[in-house]
Amino acid sequence: MNFLDSLFENPGITQALPEEFLATLQMIGISGFFTLLIGLPLGIFLHTSSPGGLRPMPVTNRIVSDVVVNITRSIPFAILMVSLIPLARFLTGSSIGPVAASVSLSIGAIPFFARLVETSLRDVSSGKIDAALVMGSTRLQVITKVMIAEALPSLIAAFTTTLVTLVGYSAMAGIIGGGGLGRLAYNYGLQRFDTTVMVVIIVIIVAIVQIIQLIGDRLAQRVDHRTAATAGARRSRRNRRQEAANNVIGV
Amino acid sequence: MITVTNLRKTYRQGERTVTALDDVTLAVPKGSIHGIVGHSGAGKSTLVRCLTLLDRPTSGSVVIDGRELTSVKDSEIRTARRRIGMVFQHANLMDSRTAAQNVAHPLELVKTPKSEISRKVDELLGLVGLTEFADAYPSQLSGGQKQRVGIARALASDPDVLLCDEPTSALDPATTEDILTLIRNLTRTLNLTVLVITHEMHVVKRICDSVSLLERGRIIEHGPLHEVVGDRSGSLGKSLMPLPSSSLDATLPELDLLLVGETASAPILSELTRRFDANVNVIAGTVETLAGSRFGRLRVEVDSPVPLSEITAYLEGAGVHVEVAA
Repeated sequence: MNFLDSLFENPGITQALPEEFLATLQMIGISGFFTLLIGLPLGIFLHTSSPGGLRPMPVTNRIVSDVVVNITRSIPFAILMVSLIPLARFLTGSSIGPVAASVSLSIGAIPFFARLVETSLRDVSSGKIDAALVMGSTRLQVITKVMIAEALPSLIAAFTTTLVTLVGYSAMAGIIGGGGLGRLAYNYGLQRFDTTVMVVIIVIIVAIVQIIQLIGDRLAQRVDHRTAATAGARRSRRNRRQEAANNVIGV
Repeated sequence: MITVTNLRKTYRQGERTVTALDDVTLAVPKGSIHGIVGHSGAGKSTLVRCLTLLDRPTSGSVVIDGRELTSVKDSEIRTARRRIGMVFQHANLMDSRTAAQNVAHPLELVKTPKSEISRKVDELLGLVGLTEFADAYPSQLSGGQKQRVGIARALASDPDVLLCDEPTSALDPATTEDILTLIRNLTRTLNLTVLVITHEMHVVKRICDSVSLLERGRIIEHGPLHEVVGDRSGSLGKSLMPLPSSSLDATLPELDLLLVGETASAPILSELTRRFDANVNVIAGTVETLAGSRFGRLRVEVDSPVPLSEITAYLEGAGVHVEVAA
């Protein structure tokens, strides 16, 4: 009772939390969007331009893979974030706030997601790609109708992992001016020793991660027809629904 | 009609140059099935990749129904490929598509109208006997059913040529029979030209009209099936119709007989017994009908008062190929 009372009387929760919660969602939303928009094509390029790929481009592949992706990925995110402040100011006109933070979040997450995309696409068997080429597919048709379609469950899983990583990154970004739950936890939890706020924030962040993971898993399972087990599961679910409908009609 | 002339394919492996195909020449008339047999590493896969232009041959030409494939520009490769239907060992269906969607795949690529696609898909699935599995995903189908979908998909773009790369090597014997019968029937009804690449002699015997033996990138034997089996000098005949093994210890002279066509139906051995007062004992043997002709391969033991040379002379005269077994 006392704990609940203190929850609803705490200004950190009643006044600051809703706003910061939305700021966190905003950061994840914006950076997730751009990560998908840029990371997916980049991952496809990494795969198709590799030696033995759909269109090998050894030199460009080397440059993009080794220089751009690997260097970006090897810089710790906290440092990358600080070093990208000028870029954020240039692009968004501000160096603080969730929109500005989304710039460094995106740049941190794009190479990460691109690598996961590359790995997913590599698992599509070369036999399927040969089959698609022999039936007269253009390279673009091979990418859209075979690579992406066949790797979709694993691509969804990769994006889910990326979003979960972004939740963690966004908390870090909050501390250097991005706002959101990270800043709230820092201001109240660390600087004011307000354990209540800290606990609530942790619960919320855990909940966000769980929800992202749950949706991602469900979505991946829904599009996965690779094994008889999952295909069968879908069918039986449909059958159950059908049976339920029949029962209702019967009554 | 497929004509392959002086096809060569070499590639570099580090310092040395490997010749995967060496001067391969073959011709398959329209409406017939040609088998290409060879051990792994003989160049079968390279040949397939050159025929489908997945790899460009180093030199030589491939002509399908009067159209040269090897000289087409990169931009025309896709149209050229649509004239070839390809059946793979492992079907290579898209797991994310149902049977019907897999068959529709080649049609989607050229923006075929929806109604036309669904008509064509129904027709093809009917042709391979899978109408009721239209909405099943590959993971719900058996190996043979997957291969049927693969065949239907290969036929979707109305190709002139069907290329089958080890079409039954991953299937059990009963399913192999079904798939071979299907290929044979489709060849007849659709007047296709079919090239079957395989390492199974059984496949050649069941469906091929003619056959080539590929070894280290070269075709070392080729011809219509009945000629190849009847040719006692070649190794292909012996592999196609091997003499069953026998453990009998021979004390008497033994003869290996190859009977072709009419002679395989004639009562040669009874005649031999009567004429030479000989006791003839069959030690091992096989008699089969291949490509519409009867063939027999027998190992017999002969006990006769007359000299063996007289008996061989008589047999040769009756049209039997005779070899005195060691």
